[in-house]
Amino acid sequence: MRKRLIRLGAGAVLFAAAAAATYMRAFESQILEAAAFLIPYIIVGYKVIFKAVRNILNGKIFDENFLMAVASMGAFVVGDYPEAVAVMLFYQVGELFEDYAVGKSRKSIAQLMNIRPDYANLKTEKGVEKVSPEQVKVGDIIVIRPGEKVPLDGIVVSGHSTVDTAALTGESLPRDVSEGNEILSGCINLSGLIEVRTEKEFGQSTVSRILELVENATSQKAKTENFITRFAAVYTPAVVGAAVILAVIPPLVIEDAAFSDWAYRALNFLVVSCPCALVISVPLGFFGGLGAASKIGVLVKGSNYLEAAAHAEYVVMDKTGTLTKGVFEVEKVQPADAFKAGEDAETRKKELLRLAAAAESNSSHPISLSLRKAAEESFGFRTEDVQIKELTELAGHGVSAVIDGHKVLAGNHKLMDKEGLAFESPDEAGTVVYIAVDGVYAGYILIADQIKDDAIEAVSGLKGRGIITVMLTGDSRAAAESVGKKLGLDRVYSQLLPEDKVNRVCELLEEKSEKGKLMFVGDGINDAPVLARADVGVAMGGLGSDAAIEAADIVIMDDRPSKLLDLMKISKKTLAIVKQNIVFALGIKLLVLVLSAVGLASMWAAVFADVGVSIIAIINSMRALKVK
Amino acid sequence: MKKTYLLEDLCCANCAAAIERGVAKIEGVNSASVNFLTTKMILDVEEEGFDETFKKIKKVVKKTEPDVTLKEI
Repeated sequence: MRKRLIRLGAGAVLFAAAAAATYMRAFESQILEAAAFLIPYIIVGYKVIFKAVRNILNGKIFDENFLMAVASMGAFVVGDYPEAVAVMLFYQVGELFEDYAVGKSRKSIAQLMNIRPDYANLKTEKGVEKVSPEQVKVGDIIVIRPGEKVPLDGIVVSGHSTVDTAALTGESLPRDVSEGNEILSGCINLSGLIEVRTEKEFGQSTVSRILELVENATSQKAKTENFITRFAAVYTPAVVGAAVILAVIPPLVIEDAAFSDWAYRALNFLVVSCPCALVISVPLGFFGGLGAASKIGVLVKGSNYLEAAAHAEYVVMDKTGTLTKGVFEVEKVQPADAFKAGEDAETRKKELLRLAAAAESNSSHPISLSLRKAAEESFGFRTEDVQIKELTELAGHGVSAVIDGHKVLAGNHKLMDKEGLAFESPDEAGTVVYIAVDGVYAGYILIADQIKDDAIEAVSGLKGRGIITVMLTGDSRAAAESVGKKLGLDRVYSQLLPEDKVNRVCELLEEKSEKGKLMFVGDGINDAPVLARADVGVAMGGLGSDAAIEAADIVIMDDRPSKLLDLMKISKKTLAIVKQNIVFALGIKLLVLVLSAVGLASMWAAVFADVGVSIIAIINSMRALKVK
Repeated sequence: MKKTYLLEDLCCANCAAAIERGVAKIEGVNSASVNFLTTKMILDVEEEGFDETFKKIKKVVKKTEPDVTLKEI
């Protein structure tokens, strides 16, 4: 870089001297003048000419060195000595800037991928040893100190700490980990020293998989990108052809047309014919977009998917795990009027929940767990504090037990029917546990899957973009519709078997417009066929789930459906930048071509249309890397 | 079989595209992709006769961009 600068500087000084001498008419002959300009020309341009010759010998003709060499030598022959040197000089200065800009963007991308851990502290018999992460085997114990990156996936065996998962999920809130917790590579250990038993080799660890995915993403090219490389392949020969025609035909056809004049215009064409600005700006823009997405914890497996995300017309979502947490929680406790009449409402609710939790204390069914959890959280329920006797499971109905001397029945409506008890039912959807105490109906507890905190925002945001939102679920109609209503979804399909989901998606694919894309969002666990069938398959909560990363085109690392909106924002912005670059580069090139053809543009303008446009396009592309 | 190479001193986007096109045409190469930014070339190649294929790949790269050196990673 320094050498180049010195060379260009020396060339520029000599060029200025020669130009000044010409201005003062110091040259006695034309030959002397030519010689004065030839020296800086050679200093500045010998490499370009050398490369041009070498490439021609290799059978490669439309190469930018060749074009520049021909254009500047042509200018010499035509007698425009200062211009010849200037073109070479500016081309080289432009290249210097271009290299700098490319280097800079390469650096910022490298920074983005700076989650690769450099070492692992392996615990051996001799003590702790610093080794490369590749050397660590499954089952080894590694030590992670505060401030260090977690090198491999594993389970914490001792110590506790908080970890920063921002590099993986984009989530800025640190997570607590302690003994027995899973810890993923790529996180940063913030506070305490922990020891981790590795579960995967480095190559299979989360950080390696993510890096591989992001780095390879651009190999799945977007349509725009394919178009532009195809276009570039014909653009250069076409412009060079036009240059030849421009140099030869007009002097023959038009009277008193000077050959040198037209040759000069043709040389301008050669300078403009280099396609680099086009070829570089599109993939660079997409790469920036992919980088921006991974910064917020969304992995996009290819530029084509990023492009498609902007054209989403239907967003089809799975219910459980995508829009809802997939975790059952007590939503409502409703004691019967007769139950503990005379006590205040709070006490009656607590008592009902306590009895239900005690009755279900022996079961590990999600419903039972959620009852116990609710009781623990609301008043510190402990099974040991309750006297439970004669606990029997009534298959398909519920349980019966004697709790603190009272006979308690807890179960579904069939149990109440069997006992001949009258009961009331909630209007809301969900699983209901009915409770009877000493042969009298005591009330019910409603347990429902909880909607994710940002699901409403996600759905309304999608609808705001004019996207049709659809929910598919295997769940009951009532449960599905209650969620659908709360979120304001456009359509809800319920009680679907896995193959029904595929069929529904196929129907919707038929229904959408030709240009629109169908995006399916699921948790990636059991919807692989649907993910594959959709135009864009998005898996949610991919952190640590190999299946999801494998099956989907886009992976949202954390559980937030609102990331879809961020993704679409990035996608739209990226496409806009790419479009700006194409229009700008082609526009300037076309303008300079036209101006050159009519003799209004100098070779300076042509050089700008080549390297100047490239530099501006590169700088513009890097905007895609910035989130928001 | 998947192979990744670093293309050192790759400095022109158009050349990257040209290398990609050229290498993809070689027999024994199922797919080729050159990333100008990471300067990586990712190849899917037939395992059989790879030595021969690699020679051809090297030749194509040299011919398209003589300053570039190929490094396996």
